[in-house]
Amino acid sequence: MFSFKSCSVALAVALLSATSIPAYAQKSENTVRFAYNQVPENIDPFFNSVRIGVIIGQHVWDTLVFRDPATGEYKPNLATSWEWIDDRTLEMELREDVTFHNGDSFSADDVVYTLNYVSNPDNKSVTQQNVNWIENVEKIGDYKVRIHTSKTFPAAIEYLSGPVVIHPGKYYEEVGPQGMNTAAVGSGPFKVVSHDVGQQVVLERNENYWNENKQVPNIERLIIRFIPDQQTQAAELMSGGIDFIMNVPVDQAQQMGMMPNLNVKSGETMRIVFLQMNSLENTPAEPLKDLKVRQAINHAIDRETMVAQLVGEGARVIDVVCFPSQFGCSAEQATTYEYDPEKARALLAEAGYGDGFSLDIYAYRERQQTEAMVNYLREVGIDANLRFMQYSAFRDANRSGEVAMSHQTWGSFSINDVSANTPVFYKFEADDVNRDEEVRDLLQTGDTSVDPEKRKEVYEKALGLISERAYAVPLYSLTSYYATAEGLEFQPYPDEIPRFWEMEWK
Amino acid sequence: MLAFAAKRTALALLVATAVSIIAFTLLRLSGDIAIAIAGEGARSEDIAMVREAYGLDRPLIVQYLEWLFKTLQGDLGQSIFFKTDVGTLIMAKLPTTLKLGLFSILFALTLSIPLGVLAAVYAGSIIDRIALTIAVAGQALPNFFFALCLIIVFSIQLRWLPVSGSGTWKHFVMPTIALGYYVTPPIMRLVRAGMMEVLSSDYVRTARAKGLSPGSVIFKHALRNALVPVVALTAVQLGFLLGGSIVVETIFALDGLGYLAYQSITHKDFPITQAVLLLLSATYVFLTLLSDLANAWLDPRIRMS
Repeated sequence: MFSFKSCSVALAVALLSATSIPAYAQKSENTVRFAYNQVPENIDPFFNSVRIGVIIGQHVWDTLVFRDPATGEYKPNLATSWEWIDDRTLEMELREDVTFHNGDSFSADDVVYTLNYVSNPDNKSVTQQNVNWIENVEKIGDYKVRIHTSKTFPAAIEYLSGPVVIHPGKYYEEVGPQGMNTAAVGSGPFKVVSHDVGQQVVLERNENYWNENKQVPNIERLIIRFIPDQQTQAAELMSGGIDFIMNVPVDQAQQMGMMPNLNVKSGETMRIVFLQMNSLENTPAEPLKDLKVRQAINHAIDRETMVAQLVGEGARVIDVVCFPSQFGCSAEQATTYEYDPEKARALLAEAGYGDGFSLDIYAYRERQQTEAMVNYLREVGIDANLRFMQYSAFRDANRSGEVAMSHQTWGSFSINDVSANTPVFYKFEADDVNRDEEVRDLLQTGDTSVDPEKRKEVYEKALGLISERAYAVPLYSLTSYYATAEGLEFQPYPDEIPRFWEMEWK
Repeated sequence: MLAFAAKRTALALLVATAVSIIAFTLLRLSGDIAIAIAGEGARSEDIAMVREAYGLDRPLIVQYLEWLFKTLQGDLGQSIFFKTDVGTLIMAKLPTTLKLGLFSILFALTLSIPLGVLAAVYAGSIIDRIALTIAVAGQALPNFFFALCLIIVFSIQLRWLPVSGSGTWKHFVMPTIALGYYVTPPIMRLVRAGMMEVLSSDYVRTARAKGLSPGSVIFKHALRNALVPVVALTAVQLGFLLGGSIVVETIFALDGLGYLAYQSITHKDFPITQAVLLLLSATYVFLTLLSDLANAWLDPRIRMS
């Protein structure tokens, strides 16, 4: 809320003049203090919808499958092996030597209770999209379960490696989500010592952690504090009150990078950016129905320059509407449109819009990027105007067909599968403003087939068609900036989950 | 006096109702609440479900009346985000905000009364000018900016005070100054004006003529009378402070009512926003009413006009 330019300037002045800050303050304690700007309503991962909830989930709990962030490969975790025995039944063998923080041993009962509980709509998990594909879970043996899905759901493994964690069943049955919030118990690399709701969560490393995919953390303690204001977080970091912050605004990150006792790192995120163009019969901008106009718009925007000057280090240009690491995201058949304002003008003239036309661009974040696009469009003769608003208002307008063109972004909830991305905008759902039946059918086949090769093939084709028909201008991935106290070693990941179990004070 | 009190009370009730209606309408005008609650990944079905579950599909007037009816019965509803009782949440956060409000008003009084007295006694001098500058600066500086300046000086450079949190008394120092400074100017100006008037009155001249020491004249005779309107103004300013705490608490991450209000706005958790606004506006209206009545009681001319 309070990202006031004047204060950033004042802070910058202060940071440049601040001297002799005692570095390594937390090194001797072997503690990392991390500040985040949103408060989770409940730290039970199924009962909050904020990113910090996912981060806590990965630290306190374990998932059935582990996704190797380096290779994208799915590896055994709580499950030692798995197999689709038919289109809607996934059979899993489970590990036998895992213990929860409270001493309970892990078995099939925990998987059965947790997944049946959270997938039951009556229990009102707030992240329905993560669990509503589960019909029910059946115990086959002490260490063997069958997960029945409510529809053919090939992305199941991805979900089981991400947001779907396993609770100690007996304890969960006793205390429920509210009890989990006040006294969380999992099997992950960190144990929850205390949770002061709205203030902080204190975690301690799990000395007996079993998992070779993660590790026994190097740091002994992790304190997560909730500080809503970005400037306050920056001030805390500069004054040595905390050690790690993320989602730092670009301008602030640049200023902090100049300070000797702070480290700034940027990393690519899975959030992609694209211009969505409404080509429906009742579009508010008639010219967008014309393929040539949409192609012209694709040629009008200099994505490379925008990435280099506005988006930040780590971002890359994309040619299709999905994130490159997502399963099925292939640009093999994509039509690429290089930056060529001359060609854009020629295409517009061909389409009969040589004198240009006026167009409103709706946007809800990264305003300076939209402003750059407005300028690019004006250069080729399109009288573009910015309509900047809150996300909910924008979405409302988009869904009621009032929006001709929008600066869209999509984070896929860090799900590494195209089904969490492209179909949202091209499968005749509320946000589809092109409604191409051919594209829809291809995506539908991809979403409901369990054969990976088949899926790859149809997604590739669908993405090719979307770019050939120029329904969107795929732009780039976004980056996120992290700032840390000097001496804290860490590596950012595109899913925006910092791995505190890997971090180390040097 | 009784008629006056009745009139004022009725007026206060009207103001409180008007505020609640405006707040209710503004919240609904700021975008579709159902979409905001359902979140980024929600499909149309999810949004429709949310709309129905929270009764957002009914006419606005029905929603308002239902809220009003329940509130009058003491039921503030459930928080959409925290899934707990709004009344309980508010009670848990109230002490921090009250503490901050009280500290701030004490800070404002200890700063503004001496400054006001000095400015009046040395009217027109350099001291008067300095006091005026302090007052103008207090009113001109937005408190979020002043708060950041305090953080830069006391936390980043001097390292005397912690930036955020509410664990110890040290955590309250900067929020108190940031919030209290904001209400210093009006109080100071009133003290100065009151003192100037009293100092030129006959009874002070008499007191001086009796040969009383200047200190005794200023503090025993003049200040006492000059402070009467200040008491009333302080009550009003305390209401202001509680409202201003939304910004200050958010900046300093103090876990009070203001922070709760901020969170509820970002999450479109309208039962909380509504309840906090009601509480703040009711407090403000009540304190204003109290000060009106106090003034009227102290000064018969007010209740006659």
